[in-house]
Amino acid sequence: MATETLTLGKALNTGLRRALENDPKVVIMGEDVGKLGGVFRITDGLQKDFGDRRVIDTPLAESGIIGTAVGLAIRGFRPVCEIQFDGFVYPAYNQIVSQVAKMHYRSRGMLDIPMVIRIPYGGGIGAVEHHSESPEAYFAHTAGLKVVSCGNPQDAYWMIQQAIASDDPIVFLEPKRRYWEKGPVELDGPLSEAYPLHAARVVRPGTDATLLAYGPMVRTCLDAATAAAEDGRELEVVDLRTLSPLDLTAVYESVRRTGRCVVVHEAPSNLGLGAEIAARITEECFYSLESPVLRVTGFDIPYPASRVEEEYLPDLDRVLDGVDRTFGW
Amino acid sequence: MAKGDPGVTTRGRRAAPRSKPKATAGTGDPELVQLLTPEGERIESAFGPDGTEYRVDFTDDEYRGLYRDLVLVRKLDAEATALQRQGELGLWASLLGQEAAQVGSGRALRPQDMAFPTYREHGVLYCRGIDPIMPLGLFRGVDQGGWDPNEFKFNMYTIVIGAQTLHATGYAMGVAMDGKTGGDEGEAVIAYFGDGATSQGDVNESFVWASVFNAPLVFFCQNNQYAISEPLERQTRVPLYRRAGGFGFPGVRVDGNDVLASYAVTRHALDNARHGQGPSLIEAYTYRMGAHTTSDDPTRYRIASEVESWQAKDPIARMRAFLTKQQIVDESFFAEVDEQARTESVELRERVLAMPDPEPLTMFDHVYPNGSPELDQQREQFAAYLASFEGSAH
Repeated sequence: MATETLTLGKALNTGLRRALENDPKVVIMGEDVGKLGGVFRITDGLQKDFGDRRVIDTPLAESGIIGTAVGLAIRGFRPVCEIQFDGFVYPAYNQIVSQVAKMHYRSRGMLDIPMVIRIPYGGGIGAVEHHSESPEAYFAHTAGLKVVSCGNPQDAYWMIQQAIASDDPIVFLEPKRRYWEKGPVELDGPLSEAYPLHAARVVRPGTDATLLAYGPMVRTCLDAATAAAEDGRELEVVDLRTLSPLDLTAVYESVRRTGRCVVVHEAPSNLGLGAEIAARITEECFYSLESPVLRVTGFDIPYPASRVEEEYLPDLDRVLDGVDRTFGW
Repeated sequence: MAKGDPGVTTRGRRAAPRSKPKATAGTGDPELVQLLTPEGERIESAFGPDGTEYRVDFTDDEYRGLYRDLVLVRKLDAEATALQRQGELGLWASLLGQEAAQVGSGRALRPQDMAFPTYREHGVLYCRGIDPIMPLGLFRGVDQGGWDPNEFKFNMYTIVIGAQTLHATGYAMGVAMDGKTGGDEGEAVIAYFGDGATSQGDVNESFVWASVFNAPLVFFCQNNQYAISEPLERQTRVPLYRRAGGFGFPGVRVDGNDVLASYAVTRHALDNARHGQGPSLIEAYTYRMGAHTTSDDPTRYRIASEVESWQAKDPIARMRAFLTKQQIVDESFFAEVDEQARTESVELRERVLAMPDPEPLTMFDHVYPNGSPELDQQREQFAAYLASFEGSAH
């Protein structure tokens, strides 16, 4: 099996390329995805090789990108839309939650909208306002959508292909500050045998507490677990991978084993994914818990100016502080 | 007609030539394509603002068929309104007054063409061969609309204003990408929306998209003069059809109460689209005679004289006058059509009353094409909960 070391961004690019090769109905569309290759170059070279009818530079209007993709999907295409930045998805919000999410239900299953909405999300790259947001809870709250986030190059390569092959409309969140991080990617093998799209994965086994993370925070939690190990604490890190539906079976298994849990995400805590996960764990694992499920998250403020984003974003120290609190209960 | 509406001067200008009883060819009014006057006089051909000549060449049978469509659609709509008043429907969006725009455009569609409606296109739905009970299920609350969009080439109703124009545009882009334009067998797409929708971003975005991708698409705006209570002057300061020019495709205003002209301009625009000549905008100038939906009260926002002035332009009355004057039919035909309409509306009523409520657990169906374990669990839990009441008084 061919294994290559790729950045997460290149892994996505390679996965998109393979999806375009495998299915002539796959089309990529978005602002600047063609000649420029996207502002993060995730679609680099694809228009050159597949033409401007497969990789479509669109007018500058997010609702238009998603709304026309709905029509293309009804027509039998499999559109992969790029939203340039997280904070720009809101003009398309109506199309996503009112149309994309509900078309299958509205038609009692007679229409499928097999569509992927790629969103580079999260902070940590020193960007200006609207370029660093974590909108996952808005979409995870909407029935009919599935929401996933990749945390490493291997997942990026396989999950994007699985998302495109899925008949569900999928919001695909890409941790933009991890685009340049490298990792091994197994390039070969059939899609169906790759790790399932809607399954969480234990990315570091441990016995003392569970860290639940996804997207950009997986790396942060792995680093925290390494640091904790030096102090004699074995933390288990679970990469959720799928945010809607949550793979709670894997979460419960881990928490029952460790008895302690910290959920980590960049998004604000109020009504975020951590709140749902904490509630579910409390319902299902109450007698296994040694302490309450805690959250380490962004604050309930608009994403701040970039010079203070390092204070806003959960980092290794804040994660370890959260772990300390679970042991101090 | 709202005071200050840009159409007022237009209508004033054309009043003189149109009132002549025997207008024949090329009236030359670029502001309103009309082939059948309110008095039932045929106009042989009319010209659009770009010089396009519009005409129709129907057989007597086809004229009779159009009349029958108009009457049936109005009667079914009236039945639905009555059913709402009797508490059998939660809501109804009546098409009263807009029959000609809908039947004219709907009959202009070829079988291969695809339509994207709002929630008021019951007449187009009828023309697509869909059982007219289908939208009543939506408004009764037993489903979300039950027809197969692919089979009938008529998409689900869209309630969010203007959203469907983008779906139509994307679909039309797909038609072009599939290589299905360029000849008589080509496919065209039609997007329905109202005057209020023209204020929406999605409609403007769809104009941009359709234009730059040369999509085989007809934008069919039924300007019924009101967005719930807000008159046209709250949406625009220029006639809507003229907007097309700014986006780079032709626009035309047609008398939306004239089924012949509505047919002619739509057929022409669809044929242009299917031949690869890109999008166009039709503004069907008409009037909503009833409420926006059964929930509002139009007497609060418009005056009786305005409604009366539009009553004089009634789409069915003018077709009836034409058929009579031309001696295409005799009185027994009208009686026969009325009887058919009565029979069909009674049948519709009986079927609506017999529509069962859905089984509660079906609400969990079709959220995701391949299901969701979370949802399956909720369904099972709810099923067990419901079962716990079995045999009880609950």
